[in-house]
Amino acid sequence: MAPHTRGAGETAGQRELLTADDVARTIARMAHQVIEKTALGSEAASPVVLLGIPTRGATLAARLAERIRTFSGIDVPYGTLDITLYRDDLRHHPTRPLEHMEMPGEGVDDRVVILVDDVLFSGRSVRAALDALREHGRPRAVQLAVLVDRGHRELPIRADYVGKNMPTARDEDVAVQLDEVDGRDAVLLNQARTGSEDAAAAGQERHESEGDRT
Amino acid sequence: MRHLLGTDGLAPEVATQVLDSAETMKQTLLGREVRKLPTLRGRTVITVFYENSTRTRVSFELAGKWMSADVVNVSAGGSSAGKGESLRDTALTLSAAGADCVVLRHPASGAAHRLAGWLEGTGTAVVNAGDGMHEHPTQALLDAATLRERLGDVAGRRVAIVGDVLHSRVARSNVHLLAALGAEVVVVAPPTLLPAGIDSWPVTVSHSIDAELPTVDAVMMLRVQAERMHGAFFPSAREYSVGFGLNEARAALLPEHAVVLHPGPMLRGMEIAAPVADAPSSAITEQVRNGVHVRMAILYHLLAAGAEEGQQ
Repeated sequence: MAPHTRGAGETAGQRELLTADDVARTIARMAHQVIEKTALGSEAASPVVLLGIPTRGATLAARLAERIRTFSGIDVPYGTLDITLYRDDLRHHPTRPLEHMEMPGEGVDDRVVILVDDVLFSGRSVRAALDALREHGRPRAVQLAVLVDRGHRELPIRADYVGKNMPTARDEDVAVQLDEVDGRDAVLLNQARTGSEDAAAAGQERHESEGDRT
Repeated sequence: MRHLLGTDGLAPEVATQVLDSAETMKQTLLGREVRKLPTLRGRTVITVFYENSTRTRVSFELAGKWMSADVVNVSAGGSSAGKGESLRDTALTLSAAGADCVVLRHPASGAAHRLAGWLEGTGTAVVNAGDGMHEHPTQALLDAATLRERLGDVAGRRVAIVGDVLHSRVARSNVHLLAALGAEVVVVAPPTLLPAGIDSWPVTVSHSIDAELPTVDAVMMLRVQAERMHGAFFPSAREYSVGFGLNEARAALLPEHAVVLHPGPMLRGMEIAAPVADAPSSAITEQVRNGVHVRMAILYHLLAAGAEEGQQ
């Protein structure tokens, strides 16, 4: 591993993988990619909807929409899609609070839906999101945008837009922090923890890999 | 939450969580063609009703089914209770048969508490769907959900509960829950229909419905429970209706925004006049609709998380 000096806001066992500036640049790049890949604004293009998976995916969807508006002048509707009721790991965790759902008024029928999440790990959250999405209509296509892809997929799922690929060890933990939720922008890598701490954290910190660990 | 036995002692944070979840459930299912969530797949809910019920039994069954749980209904008439089996043995049988949750309605006050005691260590959750004259917590929660929807919030609101408070488990559960959520509760009834010990309830007591109506945000009418009345509590049905029934003239005393609630079943013409029950201020059908969502939320909070990993 390359030598690394500890940056601001880091603690022992924690590395800052993306700084606030990196996060902003990454989201900007993803916005350009969305515009290009969906041919946004062109005659033949299908309308696009961004749906974030709570909590931080929803924040990211709003930011992506804002960037896309700045770069292309097109207002892309965005919303949140709560997947709690569709998870396959409910039994392995304490009761999760339900998140509020906000579907854009236009709905999802015949649109290109881009699911937005902070970290792509096992892929189980995305599977749950696909199930939840099905209840809301029949999109023309579904794409996936994630800020961080940390590997270790357990399902045949691949992202269409990746902010940053980050090879990680399975017992490490990637935490995305966003200003609206956490008071600052950063992506942190937490080194492996002991088993008991890990179990406690799985119950407390829902955002960490969205509870995909089992 | 391990069981839901009553609202007395239910933490306001837990109640608020359930109400929030119920609101989300409602929002989630709104306008859906297919009302089916996979959340409780593989879970078994058994409803056991030793007393008649339409809305409670149906809404629990729908709540379970809409979340993909397997729901089995047992009624006293068609069960081994008719052959003399005790409640305890029935409970242990249902638990052994694989119930993750037993929903119990029973004429004896405290039945659900006893059941929860007997099922300790089995991992089966118990929901009290009405025990005698004691509690009916799911009704109180759905009433609170309806009030939240109509009035924005429960805290700081003034709610009158009118009628047969003595025999009413709905009144008991509502008093505790509404008080815990910060509402001001006034109980209105003839002295013969007030329970002993009402001084210790977090309520004010009134004997005049006309005096209270102009200042309340909601009025909850209770059914006169003839089946539990084995004495002379009031001279005649007619006289009760004149003294404590919500007729049209009385309804006109209510503030514009006030909501009329009734847990059902209604006796039209007795405690509530038909036009009042059907007026826009009445939230009686909304109560039933919210009942399903509230019970979904309750089942979600009791069953979705793996209660005892080791016992599965």
